[in-house]
Formats: sequence, structure tokens, C-alpha cells
Amino acid sequence: MTAVYNDLLFEISRPGRKGYSLPESSVEKTALTDVLPEHLIREEAAELPELSELQVMRHYTGLSNKNFGIETGFYPLGSCTMKYNPKVNEDIARYSGFAQIHPFQPAKTAQGALELMYRLEENLKEVTGMDAISLQPAAGAQGEWAGLLIFKAYHEANGEGEQRRKILVPDSAHGTNPASAVVAGYDVVEIKSNEQGRVGIDALKAAVGPDTAGLMLTNPNTLGLFEVDIVEIAEIVHEAGGLLYYDGANANAILGKSTPGEMGFDVVHLNLHKSFSTPHGGGGPGSGPIGVKDYLKAFMPSPRIEKEGDTYRVTTDHPQSIGRVKGYFGNFGVNVRAYAYIRSMGAEGLQQVSEDAVLHANYLKARLEPYYDTPYSSHCKHEFVLSGVRQKKLGVRTLDIAKRLLDYGFYAPTVYFPLIVEECLMIEPTETEAKEQLDAFADAMIEIAEDAEKNPDTVTGAPFTKAVKRLDEVTAARKPVVTYQRS
Amino acid sequence: MTNQHRYLPTTDQDRKEMLETIGVSSIKDLFSDIPESTRATKDKAIDLEDALSEQALTRYMKELAAKNTTTESHAYFLGAGVYDHYSPSIVNHVLLRSEFMTAYTPYQPEASQGELQALFEFQTMMCELTGMDVANSSLYDGFTSLGEACNLATSATKKQNVLYSKALHPQAKEVIHTYAYGMEYSVKEVGLNGTRTDMDELKSAIDEDTAAVIIQYPNFFGTIEDLKEIKSLLEDTKGILIVMANPLALALLEAPGKLGADIVVGDTQPFGIPMSFGGPHCGYFAVKKKYMRKVPSRIVGQTTDKDGKRGFVMTLQTREQHIRREKATSNMSSNQALLALGTSVFLAAVGKVGLQEMAQQNLNHAHYVKKELADKGLTVLSDNDFFNEFVVKLDRPFNEVTDQLLDHHIVGGFDVSEALNEEHAMLLCVTEKRTKEEMDQLVSLLAGEGK
Repeated sequence: MTAVYNDLLFEISRPGRKGYSLPESSVEKTALTDVLPEHLIREEAAELPELSELQVMRHYTGLSNKNFGIETGFYPLGSCTMKYNPKVNEDIARYSGFAQIHPFQPAKTAQGALELMYRLEENLKEVTGMDAISLQPAAGAQGEWAGLLIFKAYHEANGEGEQRRKILVPDSAHGTNPASAVVAGYDVVEIKSNEQGRVGIDALKAAVGPDTAGLMLTNPNTLGLFEVDIVEIAEIVHEAGGLLYYDGANANAILGKSTPGEMGFDVVHLNLHKSFSTPHGGGGPGSGPIGVKDYLKAFMPSPRIEKEGDTYRVTTDHPQSIGRVKGYFGNFGVNVRAYAYIRSMGAEGLQQVSEDAVLHANYLKARLEPYYDTPYSSHCKHEFVLSGVRQKKLGVRTLDIAKRLLDYGFYAPTVYFPLIVEECLMIEPTETEAKEQLDAFADAMIEIAEDAEKNPDTVTGAPFTKAVKRLDEVTAARKPVVTYQRS
Repeated sequence: MTNQHRYLPTTDQDRKEMLETIGVSSIKDLFSDIPESTRATKDKAIDLEDALSEQALTRYMKELAAKNTTTESHAYFLGAGVYDHYSPSIVNHVLLRSEFMTAYTPYQPEASQGELQALFEFQTMMCELTGMDVANSSLYDGFTSLGEACNLATSATKKQNVLYSKALHPQAKEVIHTYAYGMEYSVKEVGLNGTRTDMDELKSAIDEDTAAVIIQYPNFFGTIEDLKEIKSLLEDTKGILIVMANPLALALLEAPGKLGADIVVGDTQPFGIPMSFGGPHCGYFAVKKKYMRKVPSRIVGQTTDKDGKRGFVMTLQTREQHIRREKATSNMSSNQALLALGTSVFLAAVGKVGLQEMAQQNLNHAHYVKKELADKGLTVLSDNDFFNEFVVKLDRPFNEVTDQLLDHHIVGGFDVSEALNEEHAMLLCVTEKRTKEEMDQLVSLLAGEGK
């Protein structure tokens, strides 16, 4: 690793270069000074780079070589479901009939797009066991927020808006859950997990009451464990007058096996960029459709897609709706990919996805159990957690193990989450990894555990083979440099 | 034998071996924790259409796509927040690189330097364009960026009223109403004077409870609002100025940061991102330094590795939900990183001079069409201070005109009759992509010469 590309766009820029061409324009020029007062005309041009086309391409190729994606290697990031993102879905999303259409063009000229959305909604109803779907939320966190606003609108419609101000969230929940509750205007009450890593029934009973708006739950939870008491949990919350929200981040474990609807949830979101294979893009775009039961339909985001005969139309007359959460129809291009995925898999295929995802996780867990602490012994679903406590006693932290894995050509698991497990490593292998890959990862983890005893420096000093060594995050936060500083 | 799907590598033999290692006899044992009553009772718990081969899939999806009118067959004079612009081919080629496309949020910076650096460059370019100090690495879209700005404003000023101009995008209005419903503050509309914000009304609406004033720049009707004058109305108050700006227009217009904006948001869709029926696009969010620690979502910062070499990390993470949970500045987790990358590739290719040329062509084209329409006797409701959109009053019902244009392979503008309280008012957009022939044809049809 001697010749690592390390320039910024601004450093390779030279005045006068360009990497584009516009057609000649034959209409006369409009002078800005003729149409605008002087103080609204830009005084100094934005300092954007000036580069030839090859320079731009080489820059980004250089950067991509310093980045790790699913096609680079195994990506066991827990709760993120880093499965293969089918290439053909990228082709499809780029068909001009999907990519080059405007959200405001007349509905009669966009029937294919509306039909696709309608059919995807139908499919997701089936997968979730819910009665209606909105594709508008852009990601899981936005789905959560929209779902909780639906809780709010429902309680208000029942005259209980003032009274029900609390959202219950287990201490193992994703950070977005409590954060979404707050931006929906709720107070958060944390529910402690029991010794089995699940929602404690006693703790739940003690927390619910007439002030409960609802409970947010991920099932299987972030420890990879199915909430075996889900039926009773749903009864307790419903009896108290609250509603149940399903965080679908972990839905990859239950496709075709169970549905949130059958479990008793009232509102659901799915992360199409997780279970339904759309690429994560280095952080987004995602798509976080929500599903609701019949009695909550009226509160869903507006607009909605409806079918009349063979015609699809966009309806906006929903007086009880929480309103709009995002522009236009959500992340349509992402939804196109997810629909293509569902049509590629079918019901049997999706069920196989969950079976293999769960099998792979349990297999990895079984192989690693002798070398790392496993705080929860029962079988897991699609992911599991290890604790690096044993290694910590040797002076090797979970962060070191994560960094060392990078040297083996893997990405790292999710670390230090969920918060209730000390030195946590959260591993999700997904169904699209071959057994040889799982074995190679297990071998690496075992070797690292051995090195923690015998050669701890090889772990604590990692990574050794990446474009950069361990980065100083503390200084980055204390003295933030968040734009290029021209010297 | 299990039917082997092309995306699933695990064979029956693999399954047998893995089950042995786990110490169970069948896959069913791994699902026995799912309570009987919530489990699938039928063969298929879910009823979906049969799986398609790749060939059958592409044939079917092409059929669906073919039902839509696209920019390949039609000239679009429709904008209103989503624009048909030129995108250099390399934008798509970079986005297809799987090291970017299939990566997750860069939690392990040492293996994510490419993405992190690209986002750092994105932040830098957004600050350059907007005249602000700090930009995050993207949000879902322009409207959700605006909603987050409202949350920031009410939290930073501890005031509960947000004022927005009636000349704000109608969907942006809807989204901020939803945000306000969540966080329980109030949002109020200030009326119009022609196609711009009514300054007298705005002046009298601003009071000591005002958290922020929201102005779109250029506004929804295409008119360029005087931000300096609006900022002056806030002078003796705690209220802050939020500007939602079309970033392409900023190549010609004075940077909002120079005119007093405290937060600048918007969508970089005009920068090489396909219209895609409205998403995925890319919200940007830029602030003055004093608000840096209140910014929602991911920010990339520069640092060094232990050998002193330059590198990049996600920074100021104590603002964020995965660390702070209910105390976070926002619930955002996913953003639109891939589209932020696309934006950067676009800006790198088009560059400093190219962006001005492109913006100037938009200005030229729109003003040409406006002048021609006026010459043909149509009433233009916009004054001359517009960028690439303006409002014309049609002499016939809106839908009749739209249908006639479609017959001639033209997608007409957006209906703003109700918003402006005028009959048959059409918001037209003319980008650099429109040819003189297309513009002349539009003019002739709108003037009733093509019947």
C-alpha cells in the first residue's frame, strides 16, 4: 500500500479546465444587471474545482479504491442487513420510464409508476400482515416518526391526546426509536430487558398505564432474539390503551415465517435498504415504508395511491391524515429496486432468505462460542451478539477486534451496540454469503481471539493494511475541520 | 431438494453441515421460538406472485416503464421543485462503483476513506455555494431539510412561531406543518404581493415570539426575493432567517450567507440527479458556525491517523441518535450519501465556470420564452426578477392546454391558479436542456397558434 491516492478535488484543480460541454444556445443573453438589483447578484463565484473529465473519473476511482462495499467483501454489520444488492435492479431503476419522469406530470402519463407503487404496496401488505402501506417515508427513522405521529393522531381522535404522552422503548432498541419519539413530541420511558435479553413482562406491566401512547419494539430484537412473549406484550399494551410499533430493521429474520400483523403490531416500518436488498449508498438513500392496521388508515401520510378499474390515481383528500412527511412519493427509485427484488424472489424465495439468514447466524455463533463470551445462549435469529469482555481483560478492546478484522479483508460488525452488552460485537452474516465466507470470517475471529492472548499488539495496533491507520476522532470533534481550508 | 435461487449460495449440503455444527436437526428448530399463534400455518405465510427469472423480470419492468411519459420522448417545461437538467455521463458511472453504492454509513473510517472524503468535499462545495460555514453530508430531501431547520430554529431560539411565505413550495409547507405537529410549535403563512412575499404583512407578522422566517430563493413562483430586506425585518428580534435555495441559481445569485441567512437548505437534485418521480433526491443543510453543534445528521471532519497522515471521520457525533438517543438533535440515521456523492461528481465535472454558464443558459432560456409569450399578447404574472421559472396566465382552461401540449410531445407547467388566485395560471420552467425549437413550439401552442 505505497501509492494510495490522497488528493482533494480542490488540490488538483487548475483555472481554465473543464469536464463538461453544454450545447450552443441560440437565444439572446439576458444580462443579470437588467433583471436584478446589484446586491442580489453574486459578487464572488463559488470556488468549485476545475478539472478535465478524466481527472474527475480518476479522482473518484482513487477514492472508491479506499472504500469497502458488499462486493469488496463480507460485511457483517449487525442490524444493517448487508446482503447482495442485485445488479439488474440498478439497470431497472435507470430505465428512462422510471428515472426520467416528473412527480407532477399528469397521472395519466405516469400510470406505470403509479401501478408499480400500488403493486409494491400490495406485496408489502402481504409481507407485513398489515392493511395499508405508505411508501412515502424515506428511511426507517422517518417511518418511525410518521408511525408515532399516527399514534398521536389516533389518540387525539379518541380524545386521549393530552393524556397519552409516553412512548415505551426497550433499552436494547435502536437509537432512532427514542429519538423519533422525541421529534414526534413524546416523552420516552425506557424498559429494562430481562436476563434472557427480552422485554421483561414485569417491567412492562409496571411501566404501562393511562399515559402510555405506545410501545416501540424490534422483533427479533437487536440482540437477535425473538420476543417470545410478543402475544402477551401486545395484550398488555393494548389493554392499557396503547399501540404497538414494529421497527422493521430486523425483518430479514421473519419473512414468510411470521408477520408483525399476526404478532399484534398496529404500525410497522420496513427498511427496504435492508431486508429488500436496495443498496445503502454509503449511508443512503433508503426507503422506510410504513404499514398500518385498518383502524389507523385514515391517519396515514397523504397523498395515497388508489386504483379505480384499471386506472391508478393519486388522492389527497384525507382530512385526518398526519400530512406529508417527505416530498413527492418518497424515494421512488429505491422502491423500484425493492419491487424488482420481491418479484425476483417470490414468497418461497423470501422464506428461504430468512431461513438461510437465521441458519448462517446460528452457524457463526456456534463456531465462535468457544472463543468469545455469548451473553445469551438461546438460538438467535438473523444476528447475534458477542461480548469482548474476555479479551478486554487481556487489554484488547472490541474496537481493536473490529479494526483488526479490516486487515483480514472484512468489514467490522456493529460494535458497542446494543448498549446493554459490555464490549458488544453484533454480527449479521445475511443469507447471501456462502459457507466458505462464513468459515473464513470465523477463522479470522478465532485467530484474533488467539492473538489477543499471544500477540495483543497485532490487534491493538490494527489496522495495518488500510489507506490510513487508526484515526484520531477525539481531535476531530474537539477542533472540527468540516470544510477544506485553503492555505 | 431446495430450489436454488440465483442470489442464494447455500446448498442443501451446506445446510446439513451447518445444522450439525449448531447441533439441531432441522431449520424448524431455529424458528421454534416464534409463538404458534403468530406463525405461518399455511404452506406460504405470504401470498406473492411467483418468482421471475432475470429475463422475465426485465421484460415485465420494461412494460411498466413504457407506460410512463419520459424526457426521452417529451420536452418538459415542468419544474416546480424537480428539474430536467443536463447530467454528465460520468455522474452515473461513479455512482455505479459498488465500493460507494453498496457501502453502509462509514462507521469504520479506516475502511471508508473514499466515501468520507467525498462527503467532506460535498460539504465544502455546499458551503461555497451557500456562503455558509458548516454543511452536513445530506438529508432525505429539500423539504425534510427545511423541517429539520424549523426544529433547529425553535430549539435554538426557544421561540415557538415559525413564519413562512406563501411563495414557498406547497409540499414544503405540508412537510413543515407535519414537523410542527410533531414538535408542537406553530407555523404561520405570510401572504403574497403578486408573485413575491408581502413585505408589509411579513413586517407586521414578525414579533418577539418569532423563531424563524422561511423564504424560498428563488421562490416557488420563480421570483427572486430580496433576502437582505427580509433579514433587516428580523434585526431587533431573536428570530433567524431560513432560506430554501435552488443551488443552481446560486451560481448567479448572491449567496444567502452574504445576505444574512442563518440556515440555508434545499435540494441538490438540479445537480445531476435524475427526477425519478420525485426521489431519491438529496437535501442539503448549511448553517452559520454558531449552530454547528445543533445540526442534524452526519457531518464529516478532517483529522489525522496515528502516523500524522490526513484522514476523515464522522464527527460531532454526540449530536446524533446512535449516541444520544432521546437527547439527539434529530432522529436522522440514513441520509442520501450516494446522491451527495453524485452532486459532488456533477460539480467537479461542471466546475466553477461551467456552473455559471449553465445557470446563465437557464436564465437566458426562461427570459426568452417569457419575452416571446408577452410579445404574443399573453399576460406574464411574474416581474422580470426571475431565474428559470415564471408564471404566465393562459387564455384557456389549464387542463385543456396541458392536453394539447401533450399531443405535441410537450409536458407543460405546474398549475398555480389557486395559489395565486388567478385563472389558468401556469408556472413554466425552462432549463438549459430546452432547444430553441422546443421553446418556439411551446410559445406558439400557448399563444393558440398551433390549433
